[in-house]
Amino acid sequence: MSRRSAFVITCLAFGYAFLYVPIASMVVYSFNASQLVTVWDHAHSPTLKWFGALLHDQEILGAAWISLKVAVANATGSVILGTLAGYGLARFPRFRGRFAFTAMTTAPLVMPEVITGLSLLLLFVTLEQTIGWPAGRGIGTMIIGHMTFSMAYVTVVVQSRLATFDRSVEEAAMDLGARPVKVFFVITLPIIFPAVLAGWLLAFTLSWDDLVISSFTAGPGSNTLPMVVFSMVRLGVNPEINALATLTITAVTILAVGATWLTARARRHAASAAA
Amino acid sequence: MVTAIGRRAAGEPWNDPDARPYVELRRVTKKFGEFTAVDDVSLKIYEREVFCLLGASGCGKTTLLRMLGGFESPTAGRILIDGEDVTDVPPYERPVNMMFQSYALFPHMNVEQNVAFGLKQDRLPKAVIRERVAAMLEMVQLGEYAKRKVGQLSGGQRQRVALARALVKRPKVLLLDEPLGALDKKLRERTQFELIGLQDKLGVTFLVVTHDQEEAMTLASRIGVMDRGTIAQAGTPAEIYEFPNSRFVADFIGSVNLFEGRLVEDEPEFVRIDSAELGGTILVGHGISSAPEAALWAALRPEKITMSRGAPPQTDNVTRGIVQDVAYLGDLSIYVVRLATGKLVRVTRPNTARHAEPVERDGEVYLSWDAASPVVVTR
Repeated sequence: MSRRSAFVITCLAFGYAFLYVPIASMVVYSFNASQLVTVWDHAHSPTLKWFGALLHDQEILGAAWISLKVAVANATGSVILGTLAGYGLARFPRFRGRFAFTAMTTAPLVMPEVITGLSLLLLFVTLEQTIGWPAGRGIGTMIIGHMTFSMAYVTVVVQSRLATFDRSVEEAAMDLGARPVKVFFVITLPIIFPAVLAGWLLAFTLSWDDLVISSFTAGPGSNTLPMVVFSMVRLGVNPEINALATLTITAVTILAVGATWLTARARRHAASAAA
Repeated sequence: MVTAIGRRAAGEPWNDPDARPYVELRRVTKKFGEFTAVDDVSLKIYEREVFCLLGASGCGKTTLLRMLGGFESPTAGRILIDGEDVTDVPPYERPVNMMFQSYALFPHMNVEQNVAFGLKQDRLPKAVIRERVAAMLEMVQLGEYAKRKVGQLSGGQRQRVALARALVKRPKVLLLDEPLGALDKKLRERTQFELIGLQDKLGVTFLVVTHDQEEAMTLASRIGVMDRGTIAQAGTPAEIYEFPNSRFVADFIGSVNLFEGRLVEDEPEFVRIDSAELGGTILVGHGISSAPEAALWAALRPEKITMSRGAPPQTDNVTRGIVQDVAYLGDLSIYVVRLATGKLVRVTRPNTARHAEPVERDGEVYLSWDAASPVVVTR
């Protein structure tokens, strides 16, 4: 028994090492004073100088601002569309073509991004030629592009929350005189709000990270942070990038933990309300 | 069992052909695909009544209740409440309120907000809402819990919030779906009487769905026993218990001994039934209407059979058997007696005092009953 558990622990250690050693080493090197990424400067490390340099890099700051705008707009739009889709799928369990609809909503989760990105690019170009909109590509087209896949994630999160939702709560509200639209906004939405917020955070992080679809749908002067980083790295890794990556990991971790916590809390609430 | 005959619904409006029904179902049918949940049901319920729909799960009682609430629309038939056809009226415009089996409280609101929700939908002035909510909470003894979140309440308290929320709008009819189903036995008994008290005070017509016959007996002015989408029998608890109209109803309400037989004497004042199962005849002290050779059953309640070790004086309605099983339940004991024909008969006897002659397993006993006790059913 003890031998087997030693084996299991070794397996686990290898697995986690495979996942996290690269990230950990990068975080450590972000505090390295040396200009050379792979050489540890014992004399002056650890230092925060790359974090400081980052704050004065206008290109990176500008890109981060664009990324933020795109991520917030994308998350908000995805939450609206995804909640509607999730509500529809959860509330009309038997309609013709339900299977096709479910498959179509979740397909973007598994669709290769290159294909999504390319098809969006072709669509935008064709639209511009035929109806004149969108005039060129930029933040707007990027937001639409990100929403196509972020929305699918929100739909799945909202739909699974509604699957455990006691419908009689909505019926009770209707019985007490609330019309269906009011029931949705006053009863359903507040109860599933933690799931919706989790969906928002998920959509935000997906958009913040995205490179492929951004590259296809971006226009001149609308480079997002991942795009700038990618182009910088092609010219050689820069210690500033390590610092940026460390900040990004921190932010994403906080958001991911927050989203998980919200989902768990929503589930607990659902359980205690049903008890 | 406590029954509520004549306590509510002044007089017996169901026996008065001129009485105006308050809720009326006219030939209501509900189909889900191929499955018929409610099959051509007609029913009249009168003002201030407590009408219980009683049946096993899947008999259609909840579907019937949901159609009254407006959550299902009938495949055929009309529903009238206080003379108004509400068949096509959506739930949010019906003059009825429902108390759900799961209580369906709003988890993101406190007790007060839950109860006030319905009044807010009517856009009543804030002061009026506050006053009516406070009065209602006082009535269900939840005054001091007004600011609690519903997640912090016990099962019994949630049940009362649900009741207060449904009653505060003063509906014409309150629909209750298994109102006491989630409570434990002791609390259920107490709540039954609270519910009756509240109904008496407010004068609201109640329509209760339950699978618990004791609950139905205690609450109801009338019971409708449902079976496979139809109402098998509707009547006061005593009528249903003493004069069931079919083997199904006799067996569903309480327990019963059924003896299959055929008529051998058919007089206006009495009939005699020859039953092979009993190994003799049963004298029934009232006339019946049945075809002479048709199969029929004499239904005999276990508590109406007298058990003795010595031969009773009467010559009719006596048989003998061996006690096969005894179950001591505290207030009464159940005996299973095997007759010479092999038929098993259930007899109950209250444990009022130490019996002069204790009856034990494998002892031989005489069973006898009064001619007024058996009820004859033909289906």
